[in-house]
Amino acid sequence: MTYRSMKAGVVTFQGHNNDEVQAYLAQPEESAPIGGVILLHHMPGWDESSIEMTRKLAHYGYNAICPDLFHRFGEGEPDEVAAVARSQGGKADDEAVGDTDGAATYLRELANSNGKVGIIGFCSGGRQVVLVASHLDTIDAAVDCWGGGVIAGGKWTISESRPVAPIDLTDNLNTPLLGIFGNDDPSPTPEEVNQHEQALKDAGKTYEFHRYDGAGHGFFDFDKPAYRPEQAQAAWGEIFKWYGTYLSS
Amino acid sequence: MCNWIVEKAEMKGSGKGPEGWFDVNQANVYFDHPYHAPMDHSLIIDFVETPNQVGNRVAVELSEESARRLVTSILAALESGTNSHMAVVT
Repeated sequence: MTYRSMKAGVVTFQGHNNDEVQAYLAQPEESAPIGGVILLHHMPGWDESSIEMTRKLAHYGYNAICPDLFHRFGEGEPDEVAAVARSQGGKADDEAVGDTDGAATYLRELANSNGKVGIIGFCSGGRQVVLVASHLDTIDAAVDCWGGGVIAGGKWTISESRPVAPIDLTDNLNTPLLGIFGNDDPSPTPEEVNQHEQALKDAGKTYEFHRYDGAGHGFFDFDKPAYRPEQAQAAWGEIFKWYGTYLSS
Repeated sequence: MCNWIVEKAEMKGSGKGPEGWFDVNQANVYFDHPYHAPMDHSLIIDFVETPNQVGNRVAVELSEESARRLVTSILAALESGTNSHMAVVT
């Protein structure tokens, strides 16, 4: 393949409650209409690996945006902001939905947008993908990568900022959902993945779950021991197939 | 996994960060994904002056084994140090 020219940098958009949200945008330099993807980062925050994956999405032909979901915890270096977010228990669900909605609007208003917008999230961002896809009817394709806490129970409890388990919103899900999971993951466990799949099946939703042996939590993280190159390569293939189906003009 | 579990402990002491010494009033302790350490999980401690304020912390991200050794070392130092100081006083 030829390498795409792209431009990338920090932008702002209006999120939940019209708050200003900073985000990293990577955009192929193509005038032909293309789809967009919103990347919801994991608990360590708006970090380098999230930004690199945003550029990867752009390299594969999507306008890709990664909002700083922790922006309400203060201004500063992403690791410092993430430390405060962590100490306060993370991002509230209503803010995640509102910020993602704002990011989707931003992507649709780009000059080369084809009007289609997908989302992808990792770990806590994977849970937010299921949540957002169950609240918004403006998302065309969703990808949950090992989202823990889709089902309440154990250490995942209902709280004031996260009042509903996403699995309980399955009836409201209006977005095709792709799930990527490692069979060695303690959260979500294979049993929890099965439970989620059964709920989707019972509700007649459009979904596809892919489970990988020899992989655990976070197996895309190329700078961590959890990285599993073969499984990651196969899973990225499924992701781009999914977006090819649902985000094409 | 991102478990959002935090153990908070009230502290009294001082820490030295990029901008110099500050009062350490709280320690936030986690066992979760690190930001920097090349590990899947680590024991993270943030020593902070003002909770919920960005940027005033001393942080460590340690392997589980390192964290357990640190606990042992702290307890050993406290034990021997306390005994030593008591002996001096006597």
